[in-house]
Amino acid sequence: MKELLILGAGTSGTMMANHLRKTLPKKEWNLTIVDQEEIHYYQPGFLFLPFDLYKSKDVKKKIDKFIPKGVNLINEKIERIDKDNDTVILKNNTSLKYDILIIATGTDISPQEIEGMLGDHWHQTVFDFYTFEGARNLRNKLRKWEGGKLVVHISEMPIKCPVAPLEFTFLADSYFINKGMRDKVDITFVTPMSGAFTKPKATEALDYLLEQKHIKVVPDFNIESVDGEHQKIIDYGGEEVDYDLLVTVPTNMGDEMIERSGFGDELNFVPTDKATLQTTVKDNIFAIGDATNIPASKAGSVAHFEAEILTDNIMRYIAGKELKKEYDGHANCFIETGHGKALLIDFNYSQEPVKGTFPFPVVGPLSLLKETHMNHMGKLAFRWIYWNMLIKGKHIPFVSATMDTAGKQLEESI
Amino acid sequence: MVVEKIYGELCVTCNEQGYLTDLNQWTEEIGLEIAKEEGIEMTNEHWDVIAYLQDQCRKEVPLSIRKIGKSGVVSIKEFYHLFPKGPLKISSRIAGIPKPVSCI
Repeated sequence: MKELLILGAGTSGTMMANHLRKTLPKKEWNLTIVDQEEIHYYQPGFLFLPFDLYKSKDVKKKIDKFIPKGVNLINEKIERIDKDNDTVILKNNTSLKYDILIIATGTDISPQEIEGMLGDHWHQTVFDFYTFEGARNLRNKLRKWEGGKLVVHISEMPIKCPVAPLEFTFLADSYFINKGMRDKVDITFVTPMSGAFTKPKATEALDYLLEQKHIKVVPDFNIESVDGEHQKIIDYGGEEVDYDLLVTVPTNMGDEMIERSGFGDELNFVPTDKATLQTTVKDNIFAIGDATNIPASKAGSVAHFEAEILTDNIMRYIAGKELKKEYDGHANCFIETGHGKALLIDFNYSQEPVKGTFPFPVVGPLSLLKETHMNHMGKLAFRWIYWNMLIKGKHIPFVSATMDTAGKQLEESI
Repeated sequence: MVVEKIYGELCVTCNEQGYLTDLNQWTEEIGLEIAKEEGIEMTNEHWDVIAYLQDQCRKEVPLSIRKIGKSGVVSIKEFYHLFPKGPLKISSRIAGIPKPVSCI
């Protein structure tokens, strides 16, 4: 019997287990997946949890519920990958031999990377919403917060779901209006990028949102430290921003196991071919989702599109065929803008988000780069799609792994 | 939208924000002219950073402030000192490589 081993049973790993159990001959291939967690979180829900729009139970389910029959799930921490011996060593000293390895260990926040971010103020006046604990603690804080300076902040790129911090500011505006206290809250968005939006078409179509919602933007801010005592963040250029409540997205890094294994870049992301998803570490090691260093968004939709292509490429690898250089960076995401509306964007490595309709030309029913109620309904419906179709590796009808240009207004783009 | 721009005797294509669209058109003279526009007087330290950025760009490695801080070429503090206010944005423009972007 041959062994295929998947590290990580999050969105990407679970999808790959489902795809491959259907595709790989059961008589020839054992399939094993390793994860230290017992809970699978619906991470897009972390955006809604702080505003009491979702309850805790909406975003968590048992991890084994989504692992198909015929796949061996091991609940243990991963110590390291010994690539020279095609072996993974677990924390309990078990060694797992593999013929093919898929790294799907994702990314997590590393607040310790920013001086002063952790401390007595962590989850008191400084919060993240990229973890279940952070989102839940922030919800409890917001329920009793009486207002002041709310600063929503990105530490450094790349981050998981790059638009989530901006969505957070839009939803915060909505939330405080609904609570009748918007006049008591000052909202500032602080980003290391040159603006809230950086692509020309998106900037043109969406800049009005910031003005309309009275959100101040502090661009080009590269944080050096958090001064928890005086409640301010300071950047390398000496610029300071005061806060009463800081909602930050700390540095995002790949799993420390990658570092212990002796590969990975300065953020522990795995060097991966952006078109084939084979790593440059070794031929029999592949990577998917947030764990890779490819220049695509770290997002569930990316993982979903990658999974279809990676499944094909694993089958080609086994058959000794050349890998398909097919992944084009396709990403697709809903952006909540508050007040029951949302935007939808669809783009890839080379095509920036533009206006149009999705998934069908003209008919839609979803509109690209435009605020509509229908898009918001799409985002809410997505939770059902996630639990029932996406991570089970079912194809989402009419949405292909590579980007479709039909229905998009491309003529003005560069 | 792409525009043509003349630096000295050389004509190059830039995007509307003044970033070169093709690194192959770059020369040190063009780098100097763009630096002038950005109000930066180039020294050897500046050129070392520019050479590093171009090398990374040719290797298709996405750039970040952290990566530059760990490159051994400059520390983040020095990088800010060399190219005050948005060092990655300014140095990328002088180097003739694309502006660092996010997804939207």
